[in-house]
Amino acid sequence: MTQSSTTHDSKPSAAKYGTAETIQAPVYSHAERKARNATRRSRLGMVLYLVLLLLPIYWLLNMSFKTNTEILSGLSFFPENFTLENYAKIFGDPTWYMGYINSTLYVVMNMVISLLVALPAAYAFSRYRFVGDKHMFFWLLSNRMAPPAVFLLPFFQLYSSVGLFDTHIAVALAHCLFNVPLAVWILEGFMSGVPREIDETAYIDGYSFPKFFVRIFIPLIRSGIGVTAFFCFMFSWVELLLARTLTSVEAKPIAAIMTRTVSASGMDWGLLAAAGVLTIIPGMLVIYFVRNHVAKGFALGRV
Amino acid sequence: MQTKVENNKAWFLVLPVFIIVAFSAIIPLMTVVNYSVQDIFDQNTSYFVGAEWFKQVMLDSRLHDALIRQFLFSLTILLIEIPLGIGVALMMPTKGKSASLCLILVAIPLLIPWNVVGTIWQIFGREDIGLFGAFMSTIGVDYNYASDPFDAWATVVLMDVWHWTPLVALLCYSGLRAIPEVYYQAARIDQASRWAVFRYIQLPKLTNVLIIGVLLRFMDSFMIYTEPFVLTGGGPGSSTTFLSQALVQQAIGQFDLGPAAAFSLVYFLIILLVCWVFYTTIMNMQKDK
Repeated sequence: MTQSSTTHDSKPSAAKYGTAETIQAPVYSHAERKARNATRRSRLGMVLYLVLLLLPIYWLLNMSFKTNTEILSGLSFFPENFTLENYAKIFGDPTWYMGYINSTLYVVMNMVISLLVALPAAYAFSRYRFVGDKHMFFWLLSNRMAPPAVFLLPFFQLYSSVGLFDTHIAVALAHCLFNVPLAVWILEGFMSGVPREIDETAYIDGYSFPKFFVRIFIPLIRSGIGVTAFFCFMFSWVELLLARTLTSVEAKPIAAIMTRTVSASGMDWGLLAAAGVLTIIPGMLVIYFVRNHVAKGFALGRV
Repeated sequence: MQTKVENNKAWFLVLPVFIIVAFSAIIPLMTVVNYSVQDIFDQNTSYFVGAEWFKQVMLDSRLHDALIRQFLFSLTILLIEIPLGIGVALMMPTKGKSASLCLILVAIPLLIPWNVVGTIWQIFGREDIGLFGAFMSTIGVDYNYASDPFDAWATVVLMDVWHWTPLVALLCYSGLRAIPEVYYQAARIDQASRWAVFRYIQLPKLTNVLIIGVLLRFMDSFMIYTEPFVLTGGGPGSSTTFLSQALVQQAIGQFDLGPAAAFSLVYFLIILLVCWVFYTTIMNMQKDK
């Protein structure tokens, strides 16, 4: 079978390139076979990696469908008495499900604010030189690198003094500290990929800046905007330290509710697992929409 | 790369960003600077103490230990995550449905709230209810992350590798996709070995994304807080207490505002310094292109 396919492969190349190619043909197919082996090996490696990657998450999912007695009675890969009781508890109790609503609210607020301010700024950085542009860019970047722990106490006092403590907008603004610089950085990368001639042509055609920006430029970089929105969502969603410090009751994020309720009720493992699973779902939903651009976004639009 | 137009009106476009980041960065930072030079008893009583707190912080052995642990931790995870991430990126399929699926699956750990990451590993590593802990005890390894410092360390490192290798992998994946197919064809004609292809085609093209990757991973691991806090609480003893946690303990736990503020500034300066080195490197590389 292999024999016949190699001769079949080498025939057309011999016809095309003459006799010199026929001598090389067996070497070529040997290399091809090696390449095919390499593909198979890398596919195997990939599957192995994915299994190891997903195993801890599967374990959480598995646990969320078990009762506490089953969890503590022994290990099993599938729940014996499949139960939705843990999820019912979360969806039936406002102190639980409000956590998800609170988190979503401040994450969306943060996403909107970050995008609105970052869009014009990223355009400025990608198109113009101005006094202090490099310093400004570095300063922004340094905020992305600032440890939230440093800002914990001042944030608490700042937002308390202006009466924003325990509101969604306080968390949204606090998360701007790292999300706005990130948004500017990613958008700048995407915008620099758009040729400058487009801007110039539009201005010659009589477009004003705002009209050009909204009608022409934004549609051009919409995948970049999608990816930026995704990243703002992601980093705001996973952050706990600031969100927990700036809220007490009204705007408490789900992540904080998880830590508190669990310690109070003496480790309700099943409930903890169910709550954890529910925090993973929103991220999986949003990544689906940007799946083709997300890799470029992780490179901050700079590939 | 075209030259940019000189136009100072561009500042108006940057102004909103400046205002919002100033509100959430400069004002709080000024507060920290203010605290770091004062001894505060209550809201109305405070004394100017100059560089006193800085001296105290610089000589504090707990902080030295936390700093050493921090560097050790950041180096360890970089040494594991960067090669592993490159490897995973090389194995990822390039075309079709399986490529999209792989991307999404690989990215999942990045989308999990950090305390849930801690929770997942807290459960996973327990001997009674966790698969990993049970596995370790089955193969006869005496493993308990809650009481043995080495096990605690290994678990925190393992957790971080699990959590963040996908970031490096995705970065490298996007870098690899940017290599034109003709390069590979040329290599095939030259009958280059797999290693030569990697060493002379793929790796040079990956330099840019790898620098971003190292930068992001270094910074983020340098301010790690939530995951080890949930997993080990910084223990046993203080064997997994990293800088952020030491700082939070001092600021919130003991409410030592002055020393905590001085600590914050030193911490921030270290990060700023490393960040600046990376930033200049990236910018210079783009200039060379």
